[in-house]
Amino acid sequence: MTATEWLLWARGPAFEIATVILVMGIIVRLIEILMLGRKENLAAPKGSATTGGLRTIVSRSVPDSGTFQRSTFTIVAGYIFHIGLFVVIFLLAPHILVFSKLTGLSWPALPTTIVDAFAVITILALIAVLINRLNNKVKRYLSGPMDYIVWALTTLPLITGYMAFHRIGFSGPMLIALHIMSVELLMIAIPFTKLSHAFTLFLARFYNGAVTGIKGVQS
Amino acid sequence: MSKATERATQVFKEQIDAPTAAFFSSCVSCGMCADACLFYTETGDPKYTPINKLAPLRKVWFQEYTLTGKLLKLAGISKPLTDQDLTDWEELVYDSCTMCGRCSMVCPVGNDIAYMIRKMREGFAASGHAPESLVGATRRAVEIGSPMGVKLPALQAQIRHLEEDTGLSIPMDVKGVEYLCMLSSMEIMNFPEYIGAIAKIFKHAGVSWTLSSEAFEATNSGIQIGVSEIAAELVQRIVDAAEKLKVNTVISPECGHAYTALRWEGPNLVGKRFDFEVKHILEVLDELRAAGKIKTKDKMSERLTYHDPCQIARRGGVLEQPRKLIREFSDNFVEMPDAGAMNWCCGAGGGVSSNERADEIRIKVFQRKKDQIDAVNPDALVSACSNCRIHIEDGLEEYHMELPVLSLTETLAEHLDDSVET
Ligand code: SF4
Ligand code: SF4
Repeated sequence: MTATEWLLWARGPAFEIATVILVMGIIVRLIEILMLGRKENLAAPKGSATTGGLRTIVSRSVPDSGTFQRSTFTIVAGYIFHIGLFVVIFLLAPHILVFSKLTGLSWPALPTTIVDAFAVITILALIAVLINRLNNKVKRYLSGPMDYIVWALTTLPLITGYMAFHRIGFSGPMLIALHIMSVELLMIAIPFTKLSHAFTLFLARFYNGAVTGIKGVQS
Repeated sequence: MSKATERATQVFKEQIDAPTAAFFSSCVSCGMCADACLFYTETGDPKYTPINKLAPLRKVWFQEYTLTGKLLKLAGISKPLTDQDLTDWEELVYDSCTMCGRCSMVCPVGNDIAYMIRKMREGFAASGHAPESLVGATRRAVEIGSPMGVKLPALQAQIRHLEEDTGLSIPMDVKGVEYLCMLSSMEIMNFPEYIGAIAKIFKHAGVSWTLSSEAFEATNSGIQIGVSEIAAELVQRIVDAAEKLKVNTVISPECGHAYTALRWEGPNLVGKRFDFEVKHILEVLDELRAAGKIKTKDKMSERLTYHDPCQIARRGGVLEQPRKLIREFSDNFVEMPDAGAMNWCCGAGGGVSSNERADEIRIKVFQRKKDQIDAVNPDALVSACSNCRIHIEDGLEEYHMELPVLSLTETLAEHLDDSVET
């Protein structure tokens, strides 16, 4: 196949398949969870479960000061690469085009040079996160092959995107094709790996906050 | 798969609910829960990372309730739970977790790990993988009515002594009063002054109360070991007594897990809403204070600090009350770092103190409490759980620290203004 053919395939059928797997996969995961249900809580509540749950969805993004001191690297690096990923994925003009084709929605983009800087910072943060995972005894202990595969799947699209933007290594169409395919790998992996936290975290935080909310504690 | 492992798998399957599945699905192996847990911070051993304590439950969830897990199990890639898993994890789920819930406040994706530990223990207990001393305590709770084997005559003897010493009367089995007071065996045997303090405060405040000869034990070994049927039976005894005596409110004593057992798990265990209220003694005292029914005669000038028992504060929602009450008898109150909802466990909750096998690690992780105390260098430490109190006294002794550990209720009673009856 020529570079152009690769690009057409990546943009066309491959992207459709990846999108369907991502969407269906997430739906299946959420159904798997919700189907298990939970028992009604009969204890007289001190506070509202719903308010508590919704509050924790937001509040859990901000650690208390003691936790921040104990887990500074994890929190700071985590913040940087999550914000970086958000900016790179959602605020780059060509990406917005893809989203608006899919959803009909559109929003303003950031200048490409700024997004480029975010991409570099994000890649550096992810490298730091990997080094930390290999050196920190708790993280190393908790990590299986999947944790490293997921790291690679997250980092690869950033690297191929950076290469495509700066035209490093291959022809233009081939670089774009490689970038799109690396994104597709990530999309397929999301529902079936810990990357699903991007969706299930809302449920997890809600359930946590609901239980504490009933007890009149903010979590 | 052995019978025991089959049983554990079965119980895990029954225990796994939507929150559990959402929690496991969301874990990103960030390790932050380790930094939140005293068993990790004081030992530095990564096996004590909270989420790791749940590995057997997580395995069953993955294989039974996820598409990927089912496929990998079919393909023989994901191996089923083994006897060895249960043997290896018994220590992690019982000896080195107090179900304090601190990790549950820290996990960035919101995993309530303590909630799942409680569930995992059900499978361990059902498959015969619970520590022997906890099994013994549970048996005594069911057969004798107290995990420490305290019988009614022992309580009656303590009451007689107290009545002689204080001249106050301690009512038993009085119908139609406002409050039914529950106790813990530890209070009866080690801190009977608590009962005297209640008598004094309630007389001062002019409220009616009683003990019950049929249900005086508030602690619940069923919760600690993880056998809901037993936990329900123990709660039912209290419900029966409260209904028979027609009280409005049952008071949970200065004990952490008793409050969780009765206030939060109780109605769910027996499967119906209570017709009476359940309050912690600190909640009752604070209501009396707010109603102007508690007058103190003097204030201590010693530097006091307060240890929040996990099940009363973080897991119970009784956070403001102790502080307001302490200010009634102290004008030199200081907070330890992380006090309140993020307080560090003393290291003895969740059945750890009844589990002899855990004695060594329990004392080791007390270092965390010691550091927290050292940060404010108090003259005395106030708390509201006799289990915390005994363990903190133990720990202080091990670490050669001189520090009085006071019961909030008892200290309040000592400073009451006897000249007035409110
Ligand atoms: S803090 Fe939460 S997400 Fe991080 S390892 Fe522990 S359970 Fe998993
Ligand atoms: S509940 Fe407490 S003791 Fe148990 S794992 Fe969490 S922080 Fe550690």
